[in-house]
Amino acid sequence: MTPIIEVNQLCKSFDRFNAVNNLSFTVNKGDIFGFLGENGAGKSTTIRMLLTLIQPTSGSIQLFGEALQQNRKSILQRVGAVIEKPDLYKYLSAYENLNLFAKMSGLKLSKDSLMKQLDIVGLANRSHSKVKTFSQGMKQRLGIAVALVHDPQLIILDEPTNGLDPQGIVDIRNLIIRLSQERGKTILVSSHLLSEIELIANRLLIIHKGEKVVEGSVKSLLDPAETIIKIETSDNQFAIQLLNKWKSNENIERKENEIHIKMHKNDTPFLIRFLTENNIDIFSVKHVNSLEDYFLNLTKSDTHVQPFTN
Amino acid sequence: MFSLLQIELFKISRRPRTYIAFAAITAIVLIFQFAFKADGESYMNLMLQNVQDSFDLDKSKAINGYFMCYIILNTLLVQVPILVSLIAGDAISGEANMGTLRLMLTKPYNRSQLLFVKFLAAFLFTIFLLVWIAILSLFVSLLIFGADDMLIFRVKGDESQILQISKDDVLWRYFAAFGYAAVALTVIATLGILLSVFAENSIGPIVATVCIVLFFTIVSNINVPIIDKHVKPWLFTTYMVGWKGFFYIGIDNEGQPIKGSLENWPAIRNSLVILIAHIATFLGIAFYSFQKKDILS
Repeated sequence: MTPIIEVNQLCKSFDRFNAVNNLSFTVNKGDIFGFLGENGAGKSTTIRMLLTLIQPTSGSIQLFGEALQQNRKSILQRVGAVIEKPDLYKYLSAYENLNLFAKMSGLKLSKDSLMKQLDIVGLANRSHSKVKTFSQGMKQRLGIAVALVHDPQLIILDEPTNGLDPQGIVDIRNLIIRLSQERGKTILVSSHLLSEIELIANRLLIIHKGEKVVEGSVKSLLDPAETIIKIETSDNQFAIQLLNKWKSNENIERKENEIHIKMHKNDTPFLIRFLTENNIDIFSVKHVNSLEDYFLNLTKSDTHVQPFTN
Repeated sequence: MFSLLQIELFKISRRPRTYIAFAAITAIVLIFQFAFKADGESYMNLMLQNVQDSFDLDKSKAINGYFMCYIILNTLLVQVPILVSLIAGDAISGEANMGTLRLMLTKPYNRSQLLFVKFLAAFLFTIFLLVWIAILSLFVSLLIFGADDMLIFRVKGDESQILQISKDDVLWRYFAAFGYAAVALTVIATLGILLSVFAENSIGPIVATVCIVLFFTIVSNINVPIIDKHVKPWLFTTYMVGWKGFFYIGIDNEGQPIKGSLENWPAIRNSLVILIAHIATFLGIAFYSFQKKDILS
């Protein structure tokens, strides 16, 4: 596996506030790398450091095996990025915006090529409309077209689904998957929604308060064997007594009106059958991955959360 | 780099606010020309009321294209800095506000190149504006009012003076004056760009540039010895009116104007040097700050 992004002990402080602290991670060629964290976790600061918009306080960044600061120009020729909401030039049309950024990338593209790019993001029919008439979703798609116009090997997307309607989210998600599968791009995509990342990414990193919480493949981190099944029953106390005979204690926990059982997702029907056969009524059953549960805790409270262990 | 400049000029050309400057100048010049064509003699009577007995002037000839241009420039070169601020103050902060600065800076150019191109674009805008002023106030005025010897009214010390420049000795002075004005207005453009580096919306740097220019201009016009001596030399606006020096013709021992001469070329040259030093200083600070700046917009 060829590393495309290598971040080592990256730190960034603003005055006395540590936005990113000792962050290290690697993105390999062909990855769709999910970069997760709640709002203010340090995702955008990290991404801006990857794009030389922010100077790191310490640590190193290598892209394509070269030091970023020393080889900025040649590296950025191979990178496309959408950073937060790309508003672009509102007084220009989609076509003019794309042409302008193509020129900034040193390209002179024909009208056909530009229209093809707009077609990829579904904006060919609005190519001559001014951006000020676009919805947020259309701006986001145009931003992606701008990021792709110079055919970069690495695409960095900072919260690309922010502010989009459900259909817009699906469109962007499909586009990211297509870019990876059909065009072999390496993609780093940040989000504060695990549900969003687990649908597209093969690897992910979670950061909290600027520090790495966990990094690994989505498959292993979201292993169905690590599912938490949340059930509401007619008699939780009796249910727990029964379950303790069936499963070991450490996997069963009572939380308010629910019982949380850590087990393989496929065992859910056996669990339900076991409880109903023992005359316990079940009002609700929810599946949550243990990582998802952990991530929800992160985003819910500001209190200290213990590091994640899978 | 050239393509980057083309892009900047394209962006400026597509923004409606660009044309506000040209429209405002056109309106002001046309109003001046109309007013002087309709009733220029009243203005001349007012100007000459103290010296009418000493000079025998043909007022109809005194109001000519060259004279009109001088009158218009006297007024416009106070307003034009505001128009230049509109473009320069928006250079970086406008991009930050639109969210395009971060996109631009992820392209394979270094920050110095981008800032230099912004400066060049603001400079070219200033030149276009001055060329437009020259076309309207000089060439159109010459078409409407014709060419003749040019009269300059000024107060030097305690006395009022009228300088007369032969009509074949005027045109080069205008070219020199417009060149000087280009340098003076470039100071405003660089000040606007400098302030623009620190802001994330364009209103702040535009208003700040205009306020600084207005404040300095007002102080520059306070004729009190202590301010003349200790404050004015430090204000760049003091040197911005130096273009008038090209119309202060040298006089021989018999009081006759010397064709092709300037009364005080060293003063003009020194003012130019000070203005260029301001440009270099403002640009230097802007480059340094922009290079170090974290882009958080």
